[in-house]
Amino acid sequence: MFWITGFFNSFAFAAILFVLAAGFSLIFGLMRVANLTHGAVFMLGGYIATSAMQFGFFTAVLIAAIACAALGGVIQHLLVRRLAGKELAQVLATLGMSFIIADQCLLLWGGDPIGVSAPHLLQGATRIGSFAFPIYRLFLIGAAAAIAVGLWLMVERTTLGARIRAAVDDREMARAVGIPVTWLFTTVFCLGSALAGAGGAIAAPIMSVYPGLDIEMLPLALLVVILGGIGSLPGSLIGSIVIGIIYTFGQMLLPDLSYVILFLPMVVVLAVRPEGLLGRVSA
Amino acid sequence: MTKAFTLVALAIALVLPAILPGEFYTGIATQVLVFGLFATSVNILAGLGGMVSLGHAGFLGAAAYCYAILVATYGVGSIAAAFLTLLFGAGIAALFGLVALRTRGLSFLMITLALGQIVWGVAFRYTSLTNGDNGINLPAEALLASTPTARYYLCLAVLVIVLACLFVFMASPLGVSLKGVRDQPRRMSTLGYNTWAIRYVAYIISGVVAALAGILYVQIFQFISPHAMSLTASSEGVLMVISGGIGTLFGPVLGAGIVVLLKNVASAYTDRWPTLLGLIFLFIILVMPDGLLPGLRRMVRRAITAFSSYRGRSYSNTSQEAH
Amino acid sequence: MSALEVVDLAKSFGGLHVIHGISFAVMPGERRLILGPNGAGKTTLFNLIAGDLNPSAGKIVLAGEDISSLPSHRRAACGIGRTFQILTLFANETLIRNVMLAALGRSPSRWRPYRSMEADGELRDFAMTILKKVHLDHISKRQVSETSYGERRRLEIAMALAQKPSLLLLDEPLAGLSREERKSVESLLNELPRELTILMIEHDMDVALAFAERIALLHNGKLLVDGTRDEVISDRRTREAYLAQ
Repeated sequence: MFWITGFFNSFAFAAILFVLAAGFSLIFGLMRVANLTHGAVFMLGGYIATSAMQFGFFTAVLIAAIACAALGGVIQHLLVRRLAGKELAQVLATLGMSFIIADQCLLLWGGDPIGVSAPHLLQGATRIGSFAFPIYRLFLIGAAAAIAVGLWLMVERTTLGARIRAAVDDREMARAVGIPVTWLFTTVFCLGSALAGAGGAIAAPIMSVYPGLDIEMLPLALLVVILGGIGSLPGSLIGSIVIGIIYTFGQMLLPDLSYVILFLPMVVVLAVRPEGLLGRVSA
Repeated sequence: MTKAFTLVALAIALVLPAILPGEFYTGIATQVLVFGLFATSVNILAGLGGMVSLGHAGFLGAAAYCYAILVATYGVGSIAAAFLTLLFGAGIAALFGLVALRTRGLSFLMITLALGQIVWGVAFRYTSLTNGDNGINLPAEALLASTPTARYYLCLAVLVIVLACLFVFMASPLGVSLKGVRDQPRRMSTLGYNTWAIRYVAYIISGVVAALAGILYVQIFQFISPHAMSLTASSEGVLMVISGGIGTLFGPVLGAGIVVLLKNVASAYTDRWPTLLGLIFLFIILVMPDGLLPGLRRMVRRAITAFSSYRGRSYSNTSQEAH
Repeated sequence: MSALEVVDLAKSFGGLHVIHGISFAVMPGERRLILGPNGAGKTTLFNLIAGDLNPSAGKIVLAGEDISSLPSHRRAACGIGRTFQILTLFANETLIRNVMLAALGRSPSRWRPYRSMEADGELRDFAMTILKKVHLDHISKRQVSETSYGERRRLEIAMALAQKPSLLLLDEPLAGLSREERKSVESLLNELPRELTILMIEHDMDVALAFAERIALLHNGKLLVDGTRDEVISDRRTREAYLAQ
C-alpha cells in the first residue's frame, strides 16, 4: 500500500519536474545557456495562475504560460542575446534576473503561501481495487506525458524541430544554410519559459505557491538535467522519474536527510558517465 | 606601485577602528573582512582555476554550523572547535570535489549550485541537528574574541595572512600550474601535469578558506541559520569576485566592500535587497565585466602614461603579475 | 629495439571508424613523416600516441614499454613531447615563463606551493638554453601576445623541447607561416638533435619531403604505404590517395 502510493506520488511529482526540466534542457541544449531564471519563472507561473483562477483553471494555466513565454522572450531578446558568446556572463545575468523576478513576486503576492484547489472536473479520486488515486495527480502524469509526446513530435517531425536539431549540431552551418538562428533562439526561450510557467501553474493545486519555491525547484531541475544528459529529452524524462522517486520516498522515509539522498544518483551517474545518462560528450 | 598601494591599505586597515565613529561601523568593517575572505575562497577557484562555483556558501555555512554545534551542543573549546571545523571543511571539499570535478564549465556551475543547495537542505530539514530555520545561537563564552574591536583585528589578521599566503602561492609553481590548467588544459596535460589533481587540490584549498570564513562568520554574527548558505549568499560571493576583479589578489576584498556597504545601506531604506542585488549583477555584467580593480588599474596606468609623456619622457610598460 | 611501435591500433567514435588497425615501427633517431589527405586520421593518430584519446583496439609501445593505458600526463614522463596544430601557448605570460612552466612538467617541484617559480635559477638557465635553441632568447621577457605568429610557432616547439623528450610529435609545425618564417622553422628542425626521434605531420611538401627519412601514408584511417621517402613518392597508391581527394 505504502509503496504503491509512494510510487504514484513519485510519478506525479516527476511529471511536474519533467515539465520544468524539459524547458531548461531545451534552452541549454540549443543555446548552451543555463537559464537560471527557470525556477523563478516556474514560481511566477504559479502565482499568475492563482490570481487568474477566476477565469477557470485551464484558462489560468494558459494565461500563466503565455505571460511567462512573453517574459522569456524579453529576457532572451534584451539580455541573453546581448551577451552572445559569453556563456558565463549569460548564466550570471539570468541569475541576477531570477533574484529580481523572485523578489517582485514577493512584493506583488506577499509572503504567505497561496493555495488553490484543483478544478471541479479533476477533483476526487478514482478507486482501483482497494487503492484510491487522486484524479488531479493522474491528470498531472497525463499532462506531462502529453507534453513529452508533443515535444518529441515537434523536435523529430516538424520543420521547427528539424531547424532546432540542425542548430544544435552546428550553429554556424545552420546559419549558413539560411536557418534564422536568432529567431529560433527566441522561440525556444519562449517555449521553455512557457513550459516553466505552465508547470508552476499546474503544480499549484498540490504544491501551493510560496516564496522560496523557485529555489527549491531550480536545483531539482538541474539535477534532472545533469542526470539525464543535457539537451536530451528522453534523458529529462528518465531523470525526472529517478529524482521524483528519490525525492518522494526520501521525504517519506528519511525526511531529515531527504536532500542528501538526492546527492546519490548524481554521484553514481557522474562517476560512470560525466555527460549524464543520455547526454552527448561535451557541454 | 602595487607595494605602495598595499602598504597604504594595510596602514588604513590597522587604524580603522580608531577612525570609525562607533562599534556599529567597526562591525560593518569586520563584515567586509569576513566576506572578503569568503570572496577570496571563491576567487581561488574562479579566478585562478577558471571554475565558477555557485554553491560556495555551502562550505561557509557548513563550517559555521560545525563550529556552532561543536561549541554550543558539545561544549568543545573554541580553538579546538576551530581546528576540527577546518578539518571538516577540508573533508567536505574533498568529497564534493570528487563529484563536481567530473564536470567542466557550465555543468560545473550547475553541479556546485545543486551541491550548495543540498547542504542548505540539510541545514533546513535536519532540525534535530541544526535547529532548522531557527538557527543556532552562539554563547558569548564560545567566541575567540570578546569585543567588536578585538574581532575586527582577529578577522584582519586572518585575512592578511591568507592573502599573503595566496600572494606566495600565485607565484609558486603550483599556483602558476593552476593558472596554466585554467588557460590551456590540453597543453598542461601534454607537459606532464595531472590537471585533475591540480584542480582537486585547488578545490580543497578553496573549501578550507571558505570554512575559515565560516568560522569567522559565526564569530561576528554569533548566530548561524540556513540563510547564510543560500543561493543568494553564494551569488553574492560570485558578485564580489566579479565586481572587484576576478583573478586579482585584492579584487574580492574590494568587491566585498562594495556589496556589504550597498547591502547595509539599501537594507536601511528598502526590503528589496534581492531586486537590487539582481540589478547590480546585470549592471556589472553588461557594463563592467572585468570588475572594478582592472578598470581602476587601467585608469591609473593611463594617467601615468599621460603624465609622463607630458613631462617629455617615454615610459616603457613593464607587464607585472596581477595583484 | 624500436623507439615507438604501434600495433593494430584502431579508434572508432560510436559507429565512425577513424583508424583501422594501423601498425608501424619507428626506430630511434628516425625522422618519420605522416602523410595523408585531410581526414585521413593523422591528428587522431597523434592524439592516440600522446594519450589524449584511448584506443578502441591495439597497443602503443614506447621503447619496449606498453603505454596504451597510461593517461596523457604520464606519457610526458615517458619522454613524449608534442606540439599542437592550433597553438596552445600561455598568451598572457612571457616567453621565458612559458618555457619554464613546460620544463617543470617533469619535475616534482611542480607541486611546490611556495617560493616563486622565477626564483629557481637552474630552471631559468635551462629555459634560456631552450629559447636559444629556437633563437628566441633575445625576446625572452616579451609577452606571447606581443610576438609574431612565426615566433609563436617556434615557441610551441620550444615548449616540447623543454620536456627533454625522446620522442617528439610535431603536428603541422609550419602551418600558416610566411616564406621567411618557414625558413627559420625549417632550419630549426634540421638543428634538432639526432638522438631525438621525430614524428611529423606536415602539408608543406617541400619541407616535409626534404626532412623525412621514412614516410607513412594514411588514407581513410588505414596505413596505405610505409617505407623510405623515395619508395613512398614513387608508389602509385600515393598519387591515387591524393588525387582521389
